[in-house]
Amino acid sequence: MPQTDDEQHEPKPQPRLSHVAGGKNIGDGVFKWMTAGFAATAILVLAAMLIQMTRASTLSLQRFGLGFLTEKEWDPVHEIFGAFPFIFGTVVSSVIALLLVIPVALGVAIFLSELAPAWLKKPLDLIIELLAAIPSIVYGLWGMFVLAPWLLQTIFPLLAKTLGFLPLFQGELQGSGRSMFAAGIVLAIMILPTVASVSRDVMASVPKGYREGVLALGATRWETIRVAVLPNVTSGIVGAIVLGFGRALGETMAVTMVIGNRAEISASLFAPAATIASMIANEYAGTSEALYLSVLTELGLVLFAVTLVLNIVSKLLVWRVGRMPGGARSL
Amino acid sequence: MITAKQMFQLRSMSAGVGVPEEKMPFNKENMLHNSADDAKSVGKMRVEHLQAWFGKAEIIKGVSLSVADKKVTAIIGPSGCGKSTFIRCLNRMHEVVPQALVSGKVFLDDVDIYEKQIDPVKIRSRVGMVFQRPNPFPTMSIRENVLAGLKLNGVKIPRPDELVEKVLEQAALWGEVKDILNRSGASLSGGQQQRLCIARALALEPEILLMDEPCSALDPIATSRIEELIHSIGKICTIVIVTHNMQQAARVSHYTAFFYMGELVEFNDTDILFTKPGKQQTEDYITGRFG
Repeated sequence: MPQTDDEQHEPKPQPRLSHVAGGKNIGDGVFKWMTAGFAATAILVLAAMLIQMTRASTLSLQRFGLGFLTEKEWDPVHEIFGAFPFIFGTVVSSVIALLLVIPVALGVAIFLSELAPAWLKKPLDLIIELLAAIPSIVYGLWGMFVLAPWLLQTIFPLLAKTLGFLPLFQGELQGSGRSMFAAGIVLAIMILPTVASVSRDVMASVPKGYREGVLALGATRWETIRVAVLPNVTSGIVGAIVLGFGRALGETMAVTMVIGNRAEISASLFAPAATIASMIANEYAGTSEALYLSVLTELGLVLFAVTLVLNIVSKLLVWRVGRMPGGARSL
Repeated sequence: MITAKQMFQLRSMSAGVGVPEEKMPFNKENMLHNSADDAKSVGKMRVEHLQAWFGKAEIIKGVSLSVADKKVTAIIGPSGCGKSTFIRCLNRMHEVVPQALVSGKVFLDDVDIYEKQIDPVKIRSRVGMVFQRPNPFPTMSIRENVLAGLKLNGVKIPRPDELVEKVLEQAALWGEVKDILNRSGASLSGGQQQRLCIARALALEPEILLMDEPCSALDPIATSRIEELIHSIGKICTIVIVTHNMQQAARVSHYTAFFYMGELVEFNDTDILFTKPGKQQTEDYITGRFG
C-alpha cells in the first residue's frame, strides 16, 4: 500500500530538517544578524542622542541645576537663563490645542468608525490624513498671514466682549495677532489627524459582537456607541490624545511663526509667548557662546524627555485596547 | 386526518418551494401549523417571501414560513445556506450591516415589522437574540448585564434584585453566580457567559428569542446545559434556533426547517423531518451525504 511506503520513508528527511533548525545555513545566519544590526541602530541612535545632549548641556546643568526649570527670567545679556516661560508656553499652547481638538476628533472618529456610509468613509479618511501631510511651514504661513490677522480683527474683540471677565481674554488688542491663542488653533488643526485616526482605529477594533449584543436589546445607534464602543476604548482614546499632546509639544516651525516669540508669562491668550521648540529654532543660529549653546541644548533635552515619555504612555494605552477580550486578536 | 406525506406537500407549498413567486398560493390557513398535534398553537411570526441580499449576492431567495407560538423551531442547513441571515431578518438585525438589503414581509402578531413606520429598535426589544459567540458586556458586572436591556429601553424596574434572581434562575445560572453578581461578565466561563447572554435577553421578556448557533463556541457539557435551557424556556417563549448540529435540532426543537442555498427546502415536525424526510435533498443532508 502506498500509505505504508510513505510511513517507512518518513524518517529519512529528518536530518535535513534539523540542519535548517540548527541554523547551519550560513546565508540565513548572516541575514539574521544583519537585520538585527539594523534594528539595533534605532536603539543606538536614541541612546547616543540622550548621552550627547546630556554631555553638551553639562555647563548649563552644573551652573543652574534644577532651578533652571523654575526660573522665570530670560536675559542672555546678563547670563540669566530660566526655562519656565518656555515650558509654560509649550504646555499652555498644547493644552489649548487639546481642548479644541478633542471634541472635534472624537466626533470625526465616531462618525468614521460607526456612522458614515461606506461610500463616504474612504474619501473622508483620506482628507483627514491629508491634513497630516501638509508641511508644517504651510500651516505656519497660513497662521501668520490669514489666521492671526483674522483673530485680531474678529475673534479677539468678540471674546473680549463676551468672556472678557476672565483674565484669559483680557489684554491689548494690538499688534499682529500672533499669540498663544493663534498657536493653539494651528496646533489643534495639525494634531487633528493623529488624534482622530488613532481614535477611529481603536473604535474599529471593538468586536462586532459587542455592538450587535447591544443593538439586539433594542438600543439606538447612539446607545450602541455609548454602551458597546466607548467604555471599551477609553484607554485607547486617552492614548490617542496623549499622542496628539506629544506632537503638539514638539511642533516647531508653525508655532514659531504664529506664537509671537516673547519670553514672557502672561495670563492673556491674546499675548505673544514662546515655546521650547520655538525658542531653540529662533536662537540656535544666533550665538556661539558656550553657555548659551549649552542652555539651548538643555532645553532640547527637556523637550526630548517629555515627548519620549508621553509617546511611551500613549503606546501602552492604545496597545491595551487591542487586547480586549473577544477582540480581533483573540478571535 | 391527513397523512404525513400530504402534510409535507401542504407545508412545502406554503413554504413557496418550487412555486414561482407570483403563482404562490398564499393562504393563511396553510401557513399555520394546523395538524392535530398543534391545533392550539398559533403562528407567532409569519414570514412571507423573504429575500435578503449582501450587496448583489442574494442570500435568501424568497422564503416563507410560519413560527409557532411557544414552540422551538430549528433551522438547519449546510454552512452558507443563509440560515443565520434568515433569523437576522426576523429582528431586523440583517440591515445593520452595510450593503445589506431585505424585501418581503415578516409579520409579528399580524404586524409587518418591515413596514415604514415601524421602528426597528422597538422590534429588537420584543424579539431577542443570542449570538454564536457569547458577548456579555465586559465593562459591566453580571448584574448590570442582566439589567442592561431594561435600562436601555428606559423601563422602570421596581425590584431589580428580584428580577435579576428570577431571570438568572430562568437561565439556570443563578446558583453559580449569586455570590459574584458584581463581578465582570467577562470573568465567567464560555458556557456561563452564553447563559448570561440568554438571561440578558430574557430580562426584556421577549416574545420571540432568536438563537444563532448558540452552542457552536461551547464544549459538550456547556452545550447540553444550554440545550436543557432551551427546552425549559421554550415553554414560556417562542424560540427560533439556528444550528449546524442536526442532533441538536432533533433534541431541542418541535419543528425543523431545512435550508439549502438560500431556499427553504423542507419544513416540518422535527420527528417527521428526521425520520421520513419528504425531499431527496433533505434526506441526503440528514444522512450525511453532503453538507
